[in-house]
Amino acid sequence: MALYVSSPRRQVLALASLAGLVALPWLAQLLEQTFYVSLASRVLIFALAATSLNLVVGFGGMISFGHAAFFGAGAYCVVVLAQNGVFSAWLAWPAAVAMGVLLALLIGAISLRTRGVYFIMITLAFAQMAFYLVVSLKSWGGDDGLSLAQRSTLGWLDLKDDAVFYYVVLALLAFVLFAFDRFAHARFGRVIQGIRENETRMEALGYPVFAYKLVCFALGGGLAGLAGALIANQAGMAGPNLLYWTQSGTLLVMVVLGGVGSLYGGFVGAALLLLAEEVLVGLTPHWQIGLGLVLLVVVLWAPRGVAGLFARKRDDG
Amino acid sequence: MPQLILEQALNGLQFGLMLFLLAAGLTLVFGIMDMINLAHGSLYMVGAYLAAAATQAGGSFVLGVGAAMLGTAMLGLLLEMTLLRRLYARDHLSQVLATFALILIANEAVRIVWGAQPVMLNAPDELSGPFEAGGFSYPAYRLLIIAVGALVAGSLYMLVAKTRLGMWVRAGASNREMTEALGVNVRRLFTAVFAVGAALCALAGALLGPLLAVQVGMGESILILAFVVIVIGGIGSIRGALVGSLLVGLVDTLGRAALPALLRGFLSPEAAGSLGPALASILIYLLMAAILFFRPEGLFPARA
Repeated sequence: MALYVSSPRRQVLALASLAGLVALPWLAQLLEQTFYVSLASRVLIFALAATSLNLVVGFGGMISFGHAAFFGAGAYCVVVLAQNGVFSAWLAWPAAVAMGVLLALLIGAISLRTRGVYFIMITLAFAQMAFYLVVSLKSWGGDDGLSLAQRSTLGWLDLKDDAVFYYVVLALLAFVLFAFDRFAHARFGRVIQGIRENETRMEALGYPVFAYKLVCFALGGGLAGLAGALIANQAGMAGPNLLYWTQSGTLLVMVVLGGVGSLYGGFVGAALLLLAEEVLVGLTPHWQIGLGLVLLVVVLWAPRGVAGLFARKRDDG
Repeated sequence: MPQLILEQALNGLQFGLMLFLLAAGLTLVFGIMDMINLAHGSLYMVGAYLAAAATQAGGSFVLGVGAAMLGTAMLGLLLEMTLLRRLYARDHLSQVLATFALILIANEAVRIVWGAQPVMLNAPDELSGPFEAGGFSYPAYRLLIIAVGALVAGSLYMLVAKTRLGMWVRAGASNREMTEALGVNVRRLFTAVFAVGAALCALAGALLGPLLAVQVGMGESILILAFVVIVIGGIGSIRGALVGSLLVGLVDTLGRAALPALLRGFLSPEAAGSLGPALASILIYLLMAAILFFRPEGLFPARA
């Protein structure tokens, strides 16, 4: 995999999409299709979650199959805090991030001792542990999950308004992507990509490989926690399905669909998958067969995802 | 009390043996071809559905199980030759995703053919009652599962450990290139291994069908347990799979039965009631994490 560099063309594309996304609520209002604002919030939140996984998988080279644990932890953190009377986003959202970071530090410290297939499986096992723990805790709603009485409060912003909530999510995602870009060019980003390419060599050069990987893993966990806090607000609840292993699988699918190790890969993948789902659900109840076939085609013939399709021109020429 | 413990131990043994039927195929696929096959659980599901359909059509449970094993082996053969073969040289991420896609496709295909409702698969009438001996009674059908499971597990173990064919398989798992260089056609050998693994999946699915519900998604929950088993045992090792299966089966079953009662000894009944089941359901994952912490390659690593 090549070292990440930002291309001017991609920057332009990103700014154009940002402009489009900023205009979206107005357009929806104009066309009286405000449902789409809520759908768009969902897409952006999953984009954030997938981006956080891309940081771990695409940049850190750690194939985590348990990312849903951090996503779900963030969601439950917000809902449980709300049940105890804490509604302020200034408290609850950073708490969700901290929850994701702590959980990732704990899981990462043990899992990163293993590699390859064993790493995939042990992260999966930890996520399943979190899932079963949540399901069997009656005070956390068991199978049914917990509902969120009201959305978090954020100063003078009224998050109950779908459009306002959408802008907050968009701002967070844009900030994370911007920071991600800076991160990838910074020393830490270079080192972690070097570790992905050749761990032994980086170790020999004197870098503390384990610590770098653990920090990268924890960063991914924290961002997933933030996404979880947002999804709990968007859906008005936190359910165990957020932690189920198929959720981890879906996030991985998004990353691969969009492009592993590409800055906007998570965003593109989440948008493609959720929008395709939205369209296919309307057409047939058996839409998952279509989804499976598309996924097979992507894996077999376009393993670098959508980003790969764009990049090919440059590679050939 | 002894009656209860013996019963739970037998349940654990039965569960462990069924897990072994799944884990055996999975660990060999993993070990020889370095391939993660998430769709292994789908073969188990398809096997159970085929058994239900064939039993209904033929009127005989034994016939149904046989037909399901044959049909699933054919399906496995087809899958290996057309699709999975393309994935061996690819990275683990691609394998995870491609077989994740297969799960989605298999689940929907089953839903289209058999509907979303669970399908009935009944054990033969002769075995529906309990088996009694010396004041101890145990369901006869479960006893049959243990017998069949032990027989199959034993013969599989002997096949892999003692025959020339088994030697090739073990050689392939420990060093594929070297085995190929020595003149063994690992590709063809592997296709056969995959078909046998699929048949064993179907056997497990058909045998467990009357105990658990035959429904869409049944493959995924057991698949993860099978992965836990082979990771504990060491990927590619049939001995590891056997030890891991029995360990997971017993720990899980006994944990669920005993933990709530044990916790009541030193916690309030309320706390024990909520913590017990929670702890019991994560016990095997804790076991796996602990084993990987001390032995990152599992108990019996196949690759020296």
